[in-house]
Amino acid sequence: MKRFRGFVIKEFYHIFRDKRTLIILFGMPVVQILLFGFAVTNEISNVDIAVLDRSKDSETQKIINTIEASKYFKVTDFIVDEKQIETIFKKGKVKAVLVFENNFSKDIVAKNMANVQIITDATEPNVANSVNTYLTSILQQYQTDLNQRQQIPYQIVPQTRMYYNPELKSVFMFVPGIMTVILMLVSAIMTSISITREKELGTMEILLVSPLKPYQVIVGKVFPYVFLAISNAIIILMLGFFVFKMPIEGSYFLLALETVLFIFSALALGILISTISETQQTAMMASLMGLMLPTILLSGFIFPISSMPLPLQVISNIIPAKWFIILIKGILLKGVGLEVLWKETLVLVAMIVAFIGLSVMKYKTRLE
Amino acid sequence: METKNAILVKNLSKRFGDFTAVNAITFEVKKGEIFGFLGANGAGKTTAMKMLIGISKPSEGTATVAGFDVKTQSEAVKKSIGYMSQRFTLYDDLTIKENIAFFGGIYGLSNEKIKEKTALLIDELGLHDKASNLVRSLPLGWKQKVAFSVALLHEPKIVFLDEPTGGVDPITRRQFWEMIYREANKGTTIFVTTHYMDEAEYCDRVSIMVEGKIEALDSPKKLKKQFKVDSMNEVFLKLARNIE
Ligand SMILES: Nc1ncnc2c1ncn2[C@@H]1O[C@H](COP(=O)(O)OP(=O)(O)OP(=O)(O)O)[C@@H](O)[C@H]1O
Ligand SMILES: [Mg+2]
Repeated sequence: MKRFRGFVIKEFYHIFRDKRTLIILFGMPVVQILLFGFAVTNEISNVDIAVLDRSKDSETQKIINTIEASKYFKVTDFIVDEKQIETIFKKGKVKAVLVFENNFSKDIVAKNMANVQIITDATEPNVANSVNTYLTSILQQYQTDLNQRQQIPYQIVPQTRMYYNPELKSVFMFVPGIMTVILMLVSAIMTSISITREKELGTMEILLVSPLKPYQVIVGKVFPYVFLAISNAIIILMLGFFVFKMPIEGSYFLLALETVLFIFSALALGILISTISETQQTAMMASLMGLMLPTILLSGFIFPISSMPLPLQVISNIIPAKWFIILIKGILLKGVGLEVLWKETLVLVAMIVAFIGLSVMKYKTRLE
Repeated sequence: METKNAILVKNLSKRFGDFTAVNAITFEVKKGEIFGFLGANGAGKTTAMKMLIGISKPSEGTATVAGFDVKTQSEAVKKSIGYMSQRFTLYDDLTIKENIAFFGGIYGLSNEKIKEKTALLIDELGLHDKASNLVRSLPLGWKQKVAFSVALLHEPKIVFLDEPTGGVDPITRRQFWEMIYREANKGTTIFVTTHYMDEAEYCDRVSIMVEGKIEALDSPKKLKKQFKVDSMNEVFLKLARNIE
């Protein structure tokens, strides 16, 4: 126990005397959460749009007023000719043009149908998409109101409700995602680098010649990172909770348990990487390519797994992050417990066992 | 098992794939002896030493260190030996004191013992003003001396030194060898590799390794007589030429 304490103290010296490591460890989670939370967002507000109104009647005016009244849009230009659409898009400020055809009000009354067109500048696809969705829903709302006034029979009015994230806040996606990425980074990359550093410097040899058993050396090296990863998880959850009002519906205990499981799986991966790399450089490359990229791209953090091609969907199953994101979203947003999440939990446990088993095997063959 | 020998090696070999780095070497080292393990670059010195200290498995043959078999009792071997590797191996970002505390700690020394050893070591090396500096800031010669003292912290019966004076200036090398003598006088067995032939003269006995095999083994005096030359350097050159 005393040996172990000495080991951990030494490990903390390494960490706290290296400014670069410190910045990565504590600066990054905060910066990333704030960046993603504030800057990267699918929500829109005060987007400039233009209107090409060929009818200029009471109904079109009503619609324009509703749009103006929403916090999402500002009607900045009124154009009179289709040719102006291009010029106005090229200037870059206006993101969408709403076109009302001739005789809008009359058509509604006479044919029960009128045409309106939404034209968006899709150079920024996310914005275009959101603008489209929001404008459509405003138009639908108008239509519903209209129908109530006129009592037309047989119509379907879909009522949508978004569960768990009614305002479609992107923060609710990013907090779990960033937490996953950061924990992977701290646990896997940092440990694999710190272990290979000892190999590179030759100190690992000295540790292996000492009466310490190899597993004691590894546990001693890894322990401080468990601690750092947990404090990172707490920082991220607090930021999510207090700054972005991210809910924590489920049990804190389960949240802690699953987080620790994920940290262990990442640490096991870090150990595995350190058994196959001789230098810090290779460990870093292996972790970035082998862990970070899949964690970011294939875990469902940014791109939904269900829309990936089949081979990638299959690959995503061996990425611990995929399972952890399911777990943590379930706990944070849906408030579900182990009765639902037991399968994902077991997958994580199995992964930990497998990665550690592999590392031990690799380590043994290396000594021969 | 009490014998006169600190190290007993029989037909020890190490192969990496098709390549034989150490080829059936046989020798013994007596207790309290300073044993020089010489050889050109790539002769297999480090590889042989790693088998003796229990971090590399022999392909063939047997070796007993401090009475323990390196294959089956490597844990017991590790407790009886000190090791200073060819590469500099203190922690650069720790101070001298912290290094001593750490290495003392992993060998299970008590806190009082560590304090006592630290004071002694700092005194002996005259490092009073530098003890709280990061090791990084020390000149190489000093680092090597500290590393040697750290390898001796747990008072091992046998110390393995792999080119302890590589890259160090002649004066510091001299001082280093004085430290080695002092330790040997306490009864510690010293197993040391070196490239410097003048250092070979300081050893009680030396072996000369060429391409994985031990080609000569005796006291420097007898070797010089056997090869009819005046210095170990010439012995070494003659051996190397014979092989070619
Ligand atoms: N892990 C390994 N795999 C393959 N070959 C190795 C390995 N370790 C050492 N060798 C080879 O074994 C030979 C002996 O190496 P060793 O390090 O024992 O030499 P040395 O006598 O210590 O040399 P130096 O004086 O340069 O330290 C070298 O040719 C080296 O390339
Ligand atoms: Mg060597």
